[in-house]
Amino acid sequence: MDSDNTIICRCEDLTLAEVQEVIDEGYTTIEEIKRICRLGMGPCRGSTCLQLIDRILANQQNCGREEIKMPTNRPPLEGIKMMEIAGDADEK
Amino acid sequence: MKNSAKVVVIGGGVVGLAVAYNLARLGVKDVVVLERAYLGSGATSRCGAGIRQQWGTEMNCKLAKKSMDIFEEMNEMLEVKRDIELKQKGYLLLAFSDKEMEQFRKNLEVQSKFDIPSREVTPEEAKEIVPHLNLEGIVGGAFCPTDGHANPFLVTEAYAKAAKRLGVEIYTYTEALDIEKKNDKITAVLTDKGKIKTDKVVNTAGGYSQQIGEMVDLELPVKSERHEILVTEKVAPLQGPMVMSFSYNIYCQQTPEGPFLMGYGDPNEPESYNINASWHFLEEMTKKATRLLPPLKHIRVVRQWAGLYNITPDRQPIIAEAEEVPGFYMAIGFSGHGFMIAPMTGVILAEMIADEELSMDLKLDLGRFERGDLILEPSVV
Repeated sequence: MDSDNTIICRCEDLTLAEVQEVIDEGYTTIEEIKRICRLGMGPCRGSTCLQLIDRILANQQNCGREEIKMPTNRPPLEGIKMMEIAGDADEK
Repeated sequence: MKNSAKVVVIGGGVVGLAVAYNLARLGVKDVVVLERAYLGSGATSRCGAGIRQQWGTEMNCKLAKKSMDIFEEMNEMLEVKRDIELKQKGYLLLAFSDKEMEQFRKNLEVQSKFDIPSREVTPEEAKEIVPHLNLEGIVGGAFCPTDGHANPFLVTEAYAKAAKRLGVEIYTYTEALDIEKKNDKITAVLTDKGKIKTDKVVNTAGGYSQQIGEMVDLELPVKSERHEILVTEKVAPLQGPMVMSFSYNIYCQQTPEGPFLMGYGDPNEPESYNINASWHFLEEMTKKATRLLPPLKHIRVVRQWAGLYNITPDRQPIIAEAEEVPGFYMAIGFSGHGFMIAPMTGVILAEMIADEELSMDLKLDLGRFERGDLILEPSVV
């Protein structure tokens, strides 16, 4: 696979090579990897990259995907415009 | 794992790692850092990422200014792999009453003594700095162009890597369970991976610092409290400075990557270790933010979370050795502003431990609460 041209996280435009570099520095959990390179922190909230990173880590650590811990799932479920939450009563 | 160390630091957040790095820099060998999860997993990576120098007491102005000086040099000083994303586009503090403005003026006088380039601004000037600001109710403000932001994850990583290069051993997923004492002297730290003999322990456990205090029978005057925060999707650069108000109760900045980061302090938040996000916060936060900064209403919230403030009675940290327990050092109780003063905290506490001359006078001892000698800092969130 051409790891320089394989995108793992589309929101943050992260390639497989970039993610692999972070893993090679010794970061072993998704929580750490996301904080270093922003994987999964974009508007799609990790809907693609989390399905890929767990495979990469499982491969690396010779374990099953189910053993790779997913990061804390934070609300809201999907992006919501501020005005949809706040209400738009003051709109003129 | 080592079975003995000169100093054991409990807590691998930005403060603990800054202390460890500075200890190693001063030539202290055999420094160990214990972190029960991953580095920065507590308050550090949950914080608002702001760096403010606009304080009201001389000590805080000095601590903050000297910390900013270090942030400015950090990429070179720590030979970072990743830029710490320092953004110095200022903090705009807003006053909603004449009384609040009067306090800002007093603070500005103190700040000017330490070459902090802050200044008073009229509402019109505030609007020039942040054009999308709703001026309703605003009587004035203060602006410091060199205040700003840095990436807490990457600052933590930078200190950790620099500390490791100098020989510090960092054990993640390793929890301190107890501290052994003999004749009132510390002899060892017990962890879930084994015992480390030492006579010096540093408590940098953030929201859990009181639990570390209990291990040496100290009832520390700190409590933990949830503070919530949210982040939006990335948008094009819109807002240079952090916009903040103590009375309106908000802080809101656009980070260099593009998302807005914002929070406020809930006055009814009880003492707890709860770090769950709440709907109440989301609703209040979006109302506050869109009223003050109307164009934000079109931006999507993508994530909300919470972290713990570790709060002292005067909302100023404790950076000292405990008189009751020699060898027990603390950098705790930052009350929501630990990240921004972590660089200088690391320097000074390391100097205290290594018995070196201190880079600045610091009166942040534990005894001040019993003496009733509290620090009167007017500018806390």
